[in-house]
Amino acid sequence: MRKSLLVLPVLLTASLVAACSSGSSTSESSAPASGAASAAESAGASVDAATATSAADFGGMAGLEAACKAEGTLNVIALPPDWANYGAIIDAFKAKYGITVDSAQPDGSSQDEINAATQLAGTDRAPDVFDVGQSVAVANTAMFAPYQVATWADIADNFKDPAGTWVNDYGGFMSVGYDAAKVPAPTSLADLLKADYKGKVALNGDPTQAGAAWNGVMMASIANGGSLDDISKGVDFFKQLNDAGNFLPVDPSPATIESGQTPVVIDWDYLQAGQVAALKEKGIDWQILVPDGAVVGGYYYQAINKDAPHPACARLWQEYLYSDDGQNGWLQGGARPVRADAMVAAGTIDAAAFAALPTVNGTPQVPTADQVTAGNDYLAANWATAVGG
Amino acid sequence: MAPYLGVVPFTVFVTLFLLWPTYIVVTGAFKDTNGEFSTEALGSVLTSANHLSAFQRSIQVSIITALAGSIFGALFAWAIGTGRSNGPLRRVALAGSGVFAQFGGVMLAFAFLATFGFNGMVTMFLSERFGESFLTDASWLYGMGGLAVVYTFFQIPLMLIVFLPAVENIRPQWREASDSLGGSTWEYWRHVAGPILFPSFIGAALLLFANAFSAYATAAALISQGSPIVPLQIRGALSSETTLGNQSLGSALAFGMVVVVAVVMTAYALLQRRVAKWSQ
Repeated sequence: MRKSLLVLPVLLTASLVAACSSGSSTSESSAPASGAASAAESAGASVDAATATSAADFGGMAGLEAACKAEGTLNVIALPPDWANYGAIIDAFKAKYGITVDSAQPDGSSQDEINAATQLAGTDRAPDVFDVGQSVAVANTAMFAPYQVATWADIADNFKDPAGTWVNDYGGFMSVGYDAAKVPAPTSLADLLKADYKGKVALNGDPTQAGAAWNGVMMASIANGGSLDDISKGVDFFKQLNDAGNFLPVDPSPATIESGQTPVVIDWDYLQAGQVAALKEKGIDWQILVPDGAVVGGYYYQAINKDAPHPACARLWQEYLYSDDGQNGWLQGGARPVRADAMVAAGTIDAAAFAALPTVNGTPQVPTADQVTAGNDYLAANWATAVGG
Repeated sequence: MAPYLGVVPFTVFVTLFLLWPTYIVVTGAFKDTNGEFSTEALGSVLTSANHLSAFQRSIQVSIITALAGSIFGALFAWAIGTGRSNGPLRRVALAGSGVFAQFGGVMLAFAFLATFGFNGMVTMFLSERFGESFLTDASWLYGMGGLAVVYTFFQIPLMLIVFLPAVENIRPQWREASDSLGGSTWEYWRHVAGPILFPSFIGAALLLFANAFSAYATAAALISQGSPIVPLQIRGALSSETTLGNQSLGSALAFGMVVVVAVVMTAYALLQRRVAKWSQ
């Protein structure tokens, strides 16, 4: 009841204004600077937010902002506060626009996001936006609404769908994180087979289910003579690790790292980097190694739910994420934002955070969807036996 | 019409929570990802060594924990049932069993991890006192061995609760009658107490089997690698972010579990029929 009372006057005003000045704002310019004020006036009811493909459809950024404020809420899903700095990014978005952000299932997987969108379709609890791994994104493009953010041109072509159904948002490389007080510093993956690491090496998830773990096995494969087309060497490596008693079948989390249960963790560097500062305060010296010559990269996919209950806020959230503030937000969480190169060139990047990213020696390799499928088939048949039952 | 009115709530309940889900699982097992009829998912369960060995491990751990649970639980039930009928020990044991039989899932897994895990209290104490040894190698807890121990932890009290009424039905007079007619202890158990208790014992053991066979949360909290048992493989089929479109495989695995339970139930019914004749 309260909500509808608030929304009503806004809709009334918006539709009145729109009726007076219909069709005045079809300009191609997506820059919010020019004529933002007048564009804002014409915003709102005349626009079907669910089919808008850029801020220009709202008459500019101010119009988009007004439309989102009328909706009042943004539903996000599967965004852990400690993942790529999402906690701070959500808070900044709330503070900047005065929007309520409803964050569901923060520890959910990419597939959980799609499942929630299917199961909750038509309700106001359905997720508005997705942040999913590659295979989930590629398989579900029919559920995404195409949209181009204002900074679209900054994003390299191989990081976005030409139609705009998805855009890569942030990414990084597979890495080995370790507690420098508990284990000697490894210089390669092979070091982890030594007796110093007995019962200490954890992998973030089960590679038959979690993208991070899948890429961890792929990194081990490339380091041991495999390739993106051949994940078997990685499974062999984990089998050796398990046979040596070094593989730790514990799902690592900030809590297990802090309590010392998981002194060595194989995971994305941006997830590990996000923990370093917090761990330092607790007296833990967490170091990150991207093994030389085994640089496996991965970017996440950002998309808008076609049936978003808050279509304008979903689009405003995208605009925020791909603004300098949003990109620096991810960077401060240790993730490499997709606009990093353009922001370095423009001088808008958070230089200190950019310099703090782990050093990388070797050409980054990113598996294609087909290579992921081939790897999955091998893992489905061999992973369980490799790490024991 | 009126005489059947009373069973309406029950019928609705069974339809909503048993028949309808079973229908979804069984029909889902015979569909491909596009919803067309297909036996591909079932075929891949039957031909994959990975899925078959998961069934084997699931059945193994269920049998082992059902056996351990029913034997120890029955002994405890016997001890309590034949003891003082209102003594404090009996009351404490019953109340405790009621709590522990339901103490499953994530809480129980966490309790074991906090006690015997890599950073568990007992593990830490042993390694501080006696140094590293096989006692401080906590890796057993994170696999099938750990699962068997943790399941048994809730199987024993459950057995005690469901088996105690049967034990209490045994009248001391029957033993006295057997003794006064010259029967030995063996003959008393063979011809009197055994046949009376046997159906309840098997029924309770079957309940324990199903209890372990379908347990999911405990295993999910304990085992994070390899999905060794069927419920965890169903989880993987439904929520994996690396292998998609596997819903029908999940249904096929669930259908397999339905079949296993159906086979066990049929065996139980046949056994029950024989035993019923025998104990008359």
